Amino acid sequence: MTYLDHAATTPMIPAAVEALTAHLGVTGNASSLHAAGRRARRVVEESRESIAAALNCRPSEVVFTSGGTEADNLAVKGCFWARRDADPRRVRVLACAIEHHAVLDPVQWLADHEGAEVEWLPVDGRGRLDLAALAASIDRDPDSVALITVMWANNEVGTCQPISDVVALAAAHQIPVHTDAVQAVGAAPVDFAASGVDALTLTGHKLGGPIGIGALVARRELGITPQLHGGGQERDVRSGTLDVPAIAAFAVAVETAVKERPEYADRVAALRDDLVTRVQQVVPDAALNGVPLGEPGRLPGNAHLSFPGCEGDSLLMLLDAQGIECSTGSACSAGVPQPSHVLLALGTDEVAARSSLRFSLGHTSTAADVDALVAAIGGCVERARAATSRSS
Amino acid sequence: MRVVAAMSGGVDSAVAAARAVDAGHDVTGIHLALSRNPASYRSGARGCCTIEDANDARRAADVIGIPFYVWDLSERFHADVVVDFMDTYAAGQTPNPCLRCNEKIKFAAVLDKALGLGFDAVATGHYAQLRTDPDGLIEMHRAVDAGKDQSYVLGVLDQEQLRHSLFPLGDTPKEQVRREAAERGLLVADKPDSHDICFVADGDNAGWLREKLGDAAPNHGGDIVDASTGEVLGQHQGTYAYTIGQRKGLRIGRPAADGKPRFVLDIEPVSGTVTVGPRALLTVDRITADRPRWCGAVPEALTGTVQLRAHGEEHRAQVQVVGDIVEIALLDPAQGIAPGQAAVIYDGTRVVGSATITGTDRSVALTGTAPDSAADSAQGAR
Repeated sequence: MTYLDHAATTPMIPAAVEALTAHLGVTGNASSLHAAGRRARRVVEESRESIAAALNCRPSEVVFTSGGTEADNLAVKGCFWARRDADPRRVRVLACAIEHHAVLDPVQWLADHEGAEVEWLPVDGRGRLDLAALAASIDRDPDSVALITVMWANNEVGTCQPISDVVALAAAHQIPVHTDAVQAVGAAPVDFAASGVDALTLTGHKLGGPIGIGALVARRELGITPQLHGGGQERDVRSGTLDVPAIAAFAVAVETAVKERPEYADRVAALRDDLVTRVQQVVPDAALNGVPLGEPGRLPGNAHLSFPGCEGDSLLMLLDAQGIECSTGSACSAGVPQPSHVLLALGTDEVAARSSLRFSLGHTSTAADVDALVAAIGGCVERARAATSRSS
Repeated sequence: MRVVAAMSGGVDSAVAAARAVDAGHDVTGIHLALSRNPASYRSGARGCCTIEDANDARRAADVIGIPFYVWDLSERFHADVVVDFMDTYAAGQTPNPCLRCNEKIKFAAVLDKALGLGFDAVATGHYAQLRTDPDGLIEMHRAVDAGKDQSYVLGVLDQEQLRHSLFPLGDTPKEQVRREAAERGLLVADKPDSHDICFVADGDNAGWLREKLGDAAPNHGGDIVDASTGEVLGQHQGTYAYTIGQRKGLRIGRPAADGKPRFVLDIEPVSGTVTVGPRALLTVDRITADRPRWCGAVPEALTGTVQLRAHGEEHRAQVQVVGDIVEIALLDPAQGIAPGQAAVIYDGTRVVGSATITGTDRSVALTGTAPDSAADSAQGAR
């Protein structure tokens, strides 16, 4: 099997599996006052501290959630409500047009149900945020902006955003900035304090930890209206009994991913460059979307290619039949492939958007994976083109 | 063979896929996404076209142990089936979208894509039987379960399409298919059959057409006229809500002079006139049809049977084919035959082909029995 879909989820590292399984058999609610509770609480707090150390934030800024989607919802809605409650003029949400659905949809929900005025910030042909558009949007009426949300790195085309520039524009008006860093932690240098963002989303399963655990790193000063009310865990921002084994494994994964990131990024980027170059040798008109090879600002494991004349879903099926697993990178409600909003925002036309595949490499990727893809892609593209011309 | 099994999420297509695997084929399950916006189609699992159905189909594929994908056919479906459905109603006729879907989508767009991708055939859960005749031609026959037979909606398939089709359920009664589904651990075993039109979200055809047709002529109101007297009996909101032979929902205030129920006899989409009259005037024995589709060789003339609506009865008939026009003389007269529907021609259990009904008429023999000849003009062939 050739697994080239690490951006969807990546295998757990053995140390994280070990941490998870070691704690699964241990009883203890981290909120209990007795010895078992204290033991569980200690695991949680040590995990929190190790994540804080890895991301350069304070331990008290780490709010554990069930994953990236919950953290994004908490940041977007919680911040909007808190800011608007403090000042009813603050109803504008400025969001990057190529956000993941976990940000896109709560933002749209706020517009549909809470009277939010949403401005989708454009990106250039590589997927990089248009800073001038952001500046203009802020300057139109800085006092009415509730929140700016811009992802650290895009999940489909792998483009990294100029987060420090976003923060600089927002800071002039004390507007909070949230960033979805789900794809970035462990792949790009993410330093919470240095970045200046107010809230940052990360999740376990994209960096070698378990599925079902993530965190929102949020400054203490940032008011966030809770969405899960209950026992008051996680400083009352997110109630719910803490998942001690998952948190322990998550912390191990974050610590490892951040520590190993420089070597990992070099190794995986080299594999990725090899993948793109060799696929383009076999399929000369295959086009790389996003930032060109050799230029900064692309996630190391991301290769997003358009194959003219093919439908991405046909190509995916043909590769799958050969044991090669990748993604069309598009949103799949009901498995119905919609053309990617990310590619459309980059200016790609709908046909080209549908002809695209995302290959994403990760910590278990090897040169053999690239060889397998390069060996298979030519025949699959030929077949997919035949299917397109027959059925059109 | 490498086979694509079209899986709707219902029991029949799931068992058909499983049987294709048992027959030794290399099977890949696919679900057809027919709407760009699934929420606009039916909510709740009803047999096709919903998110739940896609999930049911995926789960059935898991149980059977075959790969599964969703193929987006929404644009083709809209262009070839939904638009045709609207246009046919707009012309005062009554379409059969399932037939059109088989002709243009399942055994055309899907089949073409499958062949392009290296598959050899498409398998579906339709109830019909395929046999190879001594010359190597593929014949399609009625299913053994007469109550479930779907050869009518497959009557549009030509030899090339039949050559790449598999109908694994044609030799089996429906109840046995349900039992088999349960034995195979397919959770869709108890799922109800789908009946309504999949793209009309709430089953309200008239409401759906009212919205989609907008300002088109058939959406304008018109008169409901008595065929015998020419008297205007009432008004209607749009001709699309009526079909030939319809009795219910005419909303005529007064009963007929003879106290008997009245039926829709004719729909004139341009003037918006809906003509109604007694049941006797629904009886026809001459049918003209066009757009023929032949399963094999084109017949010039034959004496066989025709079926004039889904799950309708067979009528003995003499069929003449002149170019693209099919003239059908019914030996057993029929009632309430709606233009737009398909006439499917059989020779015994074998499907010969089909054509789209354009007009009906009564022969002299029948006219003589009709209570009022004034109705003939209302019933004339179009």
